[in-house]
Amino acid sequence: MSTMDFESRLRAALTPVEPPEELAVRLERTLVNLTELAADELEAWELSSMRDPRNWVRPAAAAVVGAGAGTALVVLRVRSRHRRRVAQSSGVIDLAERTMRDLADEARRLLP
Amino acid sequence: MSKQELDREFSELYRTHLRDVYSYSYYRVGNHHDAEDLTEQTFLQAYRHYERALRESDGRPLRPWLIRIAHNLAANFYRDRARKPEAAIEDAAVISAPHTTETLVEGREQLEEILAGVQQLPDDRREALIMRFALDMDNREIARALGRTDGATKVLLHRAIKQLEGIVGMDGQAA
Repeated sequence: MSTMDFESRLRAALTPVEPPEELAVRLERTLVNLTELAADELEAWELSSMRDPRNWVRPAAAAVVGAGAGTALVVLRVRSRHRRRVAQSSGVIDLAERTMRDLADEARRLLP
Repeated sequence: MSKQELDREFSELYRTHLRDVYSYSYYRVGNHHDAEDLTEQTFLQAYRHYERALRESDGRPLRPWLIRIAHNLAANFYRDRARKPEAAIEDAAVISAPHTTETLVEGREQLEEILAGVQQLPDDRREALIMRFALDMDNREIARALGRTDGATKVLLHRAIKQLEGIVGMDGQAA
């Protein structure tokens, strides 16, 4: 087999791979909402709502997002585990503590 | 350039190169799950540094810059998880390659053999081949993505192909 033939085989083997549609949708949504997210969250944040620990994660997440685009992943991942935390929590305070821990863990893991 | 214009341009860059970044990621990590993660992180990191990249690119295409981000993240990925690429590529590439019915089995086996051979190459040679053949990047683009000279990249590609031919046992064989 000539080098040219081999290269055409190689090209056939390494054919481009289409990304899953859900990845494209998810990523596009993340990018589009990225800058708006932090502003919206912070604007909606009223001090009185902070009496309820269930609201702590939203402004905290918004503040984190404001630090940079990569941090959006932190928010997405922390939010995606919300139901599991609710199931594991013994109460509202416990839920808030678990959420903050999760947020910190994700931020440590993902942010440079 | 306003923030809105920047976001619009980045959105265009993302749409144009999503498949490139995903293909690169997929062939680097060997499975769709990690490739999705890597692609996502690549674009988020690119977004953070987009304005500076535009300024410093001086009008040159940004695809090598995007692939370089994916390249660096992939290196971190292996370092953090202390693992190498999976030996077997999952499925998509081989299955989607066009073949006639008669040659399907033989052709598939040969392509699988080539893919397995690619995974055995040293990192820099494997990456150069992925960029050339999966992403159709030219020498200059690959050189920018890998941080090498054009000449060094040409040599790298040549050696990668020769080594791969040796691995899959096709050197010296007649067609």
